Amino acid sequence: MNFPILSSLILLPSIGALFLFFTKSDKKNNFTGKYVALFTSAVNFFLSIYLWILFDPTTSEFQFVEERIWIKDLINYKVGVDGISILFILLTTFITPLCIISVNNSIKERLSEFLIAVLIMESFMIGVFCSLDLVIFYLFFEAGLIPMFLIIGIWGGARRVYSAFKFFLYTLLGSVLMLVAIITIYWLNGTTDVVELYNSGIDIKYQNLLWLAFFSSFAVKTPMWPVHTWLPDAHVEAPTAGSVLLAAILLKMAGYGFIRFSLGLFPAASEIFTPLIYTLSVIAIIFTSFIALMQEDMKKLIAYSSVAHMGYVTLGIFTIQQQGIEGSIIQMISHGLVSAALFLCVGVVYDRMHSRLINTYGGIVSIIPKYSILFMLFTLAALGLPGTSGFVGEFLILMGAFKDNFLVAVIASLGVIIGAAYMLWLYKRVVFGKLINTDLKQMFDLNRSELFILSCLAVPTLFFGFYPDPLINTIEVSISDLIDQYNFKLASKT
Amino acid sequence: MENLQLVLPEIFLSLSIMFLLILGVFKKNSSRLVQSLSLAVLIVTAVITFNETIGINETKLFNNSIIIDYLSSLMKIITLLAAFLVLVISSNYLKTFQIFKIEYPILILSSVLGMMVMINSNDLIVFYMGLELQSLALYVLATFNRDQIKSSEAGLKYFVLSALSSGLLLYGCSLIYGFTGSTNFNVIADQLNSNEYALTFGIVFILVGLAFKISAVPFHMWAPDVYEGSPTSVTLFFTMVPKIAALTVFIRFLYVPFLNLIDQWQMILIFLSIASMLFGAIAAIGQTNLKRLVAYSSIGHVGYALAGVAAGTNDGIQSSVIYIIIYILMNLGLFSCLLMLKRDNNYYEKIDDLSGLSKNHPMLALSLLIILFSLAGIPPLAGFFAKFYVFKAVIEQSMYFLAIVGLLSTVVAAFYYLRLIKIMYFDEQKEKYDTDHGFWLKFSLTASTLLILIYFIFPSQLIEVVSRINII
Repeated sequence: MNFPILSSLILLPSIGALFLFFTKSDKKNNFTGKYVALFTSAVNFFLSIYLWILFDPTTSEFQFVEERIWIKDLINYKVGVDGISILFILLTTFITPLCIISVNNSIKERLSEFLIAVLIMESFMIGVFCSLDLVIFYLFFEAGLIPMFLIIGIWGGARRVYSAFKFFLYTLLGSVLMLVAIITIYWLNGTTDVVELYNSGIDIKYQNLLWLAFFSSFAVKTPMWPVHTWLPDAHVEAPTAGSVLLAAILLKMAGYGFIRFSLGLFPAASEIFTPLIYTLSVIAIIFTSFIALMQEDMKKLIAYSSVAHMGYVTLGIFTIQQQGIEGSIIQMISHGLVSAALFLCVGVVYDRMHSRLINTYGGIVSIIPKYSILFMLFTLAALGLPGTSGFVGEFLILMGAFKDNFLVAVIASLGVIIGAAYMLWLYKRVVFGKLINTDLKQMFDLNRSELFILSCLAVPTLFFGFYPDPLINTIEVSISDLIDQYNFKLASKT
Repeated sequence: MENLQLVLPEIFLSLSIMFLLILGVFKKNSSRLVQSLSLAVLIVTAVITFNETIGINETKLFNNSIIIDYLSSLMKIITLLAAFLVLVISSNYLKTFQIFKIEYPILILSSVLGMMVMINSNDLIVFYMGLELQSLALYVLATFNRDQIKSSEAGLKYFVLSALSSGLLLYGCSLIYGFTGSTNFNVIADQLNSNEYALTFGIVFILVGLAFKISAVPFHMWAPDVYEGSPTSVTLFFTMVPKIAALTVFIRFLYVPFLNLIDQWQMILIFLSIASMLFGAIAAIGQTNLKRLVAYSSIGHVGYALAGVAAGTNDGIQSSVIYIIIYILMNLGLFSCLLMLKRDNNYYEKIDDLSGLSKNHPMLALSLLIILFSLAGIPPLAGFFAKFYVFKAVIEQSMYFLAIVGLLSTVVAAFYYLRLIKIMYFDEQKEKYDTDHGFWLKFSLTASTLLILIYFIFPSQLIEVVSRINII
């Protein structure tokens, strides 16, 4: 394998963005600009599919590794994928083109700038998931703030400035401590290469503090209770495509970080802090579910449900059971698909009625039936109905949790019921009931591009719900190896 | 016979200054000519410095009172190039205010000469002489727009406070001389053993003077007023060039004679650094004038540069030098943007004047966006790497407190940089600004923005440049 496939994945969207930058952005060219963006991201998607086909799931070694000297004697540019990261790359390359198609309806001005931001974002996110060096990881992790800040701030709703600032400063505050930890690791081990760090282990004396520093960054990004408050604001104000990117991809960086770094590098500390994670996760599941129940704003409701879903993810990761971690990854993928779809669903009615409040709607099932069917599918997937991908993830996580801690698992299972309550109630209030607001009669059903996007998301949601094998096969070996390593390091006290 | 070739840059520069002064006096309306000749002088001096001194080993001249080594050569070249860029992009501004006179380039050349002497100094007297030469030129530069009351006020304020700090500094020098019997750095180093506590007093006084020159908290009070009052082109000079020389003296003064007293001065430096970082970040939030904001931001950046010096290692010194180089680059871009906010012969410097810039001038706004994110230290821009190297050096000395406070204050600082971006990108647009800027202004903005943007592709080059700095 001489073709640098991962670097191409990272670079391609940026090249597309550069190309867009140099095409003039009047009304006519916006049109071609969109196709340029779509073409780039589609090529990237097929490239990542190709990567998945070439990927060898029988080994936990990093594959497609590229290493180049970057800062001499200090940091090497090193990328590679294993079973844990490849699915996230696929998710990123899959969601981005859908986002780009969806801008037709929601973004009215400065379209080419928006597309540039989205494409650059894609570059950074892929970079996060395949970097094998802590500094490179940090670089991509933080760089993503810039395009997202602009997406929320320029194209957002009424309170966009407040939300953009809150998003930026919250996440930056969390991340700077991680930078201190990364430099400390370099000082301790003389390298920031993840593979070498896996092999050599980190001095047990420092692990707790380092773990906390990484945790501060990931907890904000996940987001975990009580530092989740930026998420509802950011989601509500961001344009639809921005919310989709945020929910589907950005939130997954932290979950991925927990698996890759917290478990991989600091097993002793992870063992110590597992109760903390359990507590916060359970609070997130129960507490934010109740908050979601009371929301008037559809986007806010889905945002809070995201917090609850990510609570399951963190819970699953720290069970350190095969099922738990597998479940977490599948839950993240599924949440990526489903929450993206739900935000798009909200976007669809928002574009027509310019209201996100639940009480604006009601009884739209007879007016826009196609929409109602797809919306129902994603509602059910969000509450984890068997036969959808949401079920597989939640089920595996709870199975892992029951093996590890009975009480936590019982409480978390109760969260599923509240989850069902708020999602179904949302659906009932929006779609069923009497048609009171007569303006709603002018709504038209899904247009071609909307139908296409939502179907694209529906297919994998159902497919992986019935047949999750392709996902599990990809991640299985990497995870079992990770757990073996974890237990081995724990036993040998390094 | 001393090897005069090594001080050829200084000799050439002083002769040129005298020649230009006479030329300017005797030839009427020669401001344009003097300006061009000054630019040529700066470039020629830089070339001579590069040719004669960059490759040679450490050499001391004139009874060891002057030192020529890689650090001094590098810093002199940076000073000269920075001065060149300041001079070349400020001509339009000066013409607008009708202060395009022969004195301006000559004063800049004189202060550069003072800085070169400072950078070369290996002796307290030489160092003081250079410091005063550059300060005297700077006082006049601050008042250069005589008709404006603010400019005169700035100059006067700077003069009074600077004279006070020079007095303290000189008192420190006399204390050190009294206890060691010499003003030479190397002799002082040999005499350290007996009078440790007494010498600490001397060090403290000198550090106060230096902290004043580099505008580190708590000796920063003059900076916002002087930066706001001075003509913008002079502010640009203030924020960039004197800091290079002051930082070099900081390094030389602390590491050559007083390396063994590191326990004494390290705490002071850590305090200066933390106070500057925090204060610079917090005080900038409330500002409404861009030049004042830049003043506070430069106070903050000085704090980061000093953090590297506080580390007490070669790595720390190198990271400080990298920091100051990248900082100069970012500041150059920032001021190029400021100098472009011009409409009908009027320069705008309120924060609100940036409102909606992205709609009227998308390229200018984009450049400013990149520069501001870089100043805030967000990867993958150059400003991040500057901070990264500094904190790497700091953490290697287990100074976690300094590192954590420093990084947390970047979050606070990010707030006001983001506010500027918000005003440019999220607010309503105003009238358009002129677009007929000179070539050099456009050049300096484009070049600095591009360098900041693509620095992450070639990070090793800068490290190689500074890696030959070897003080300890």
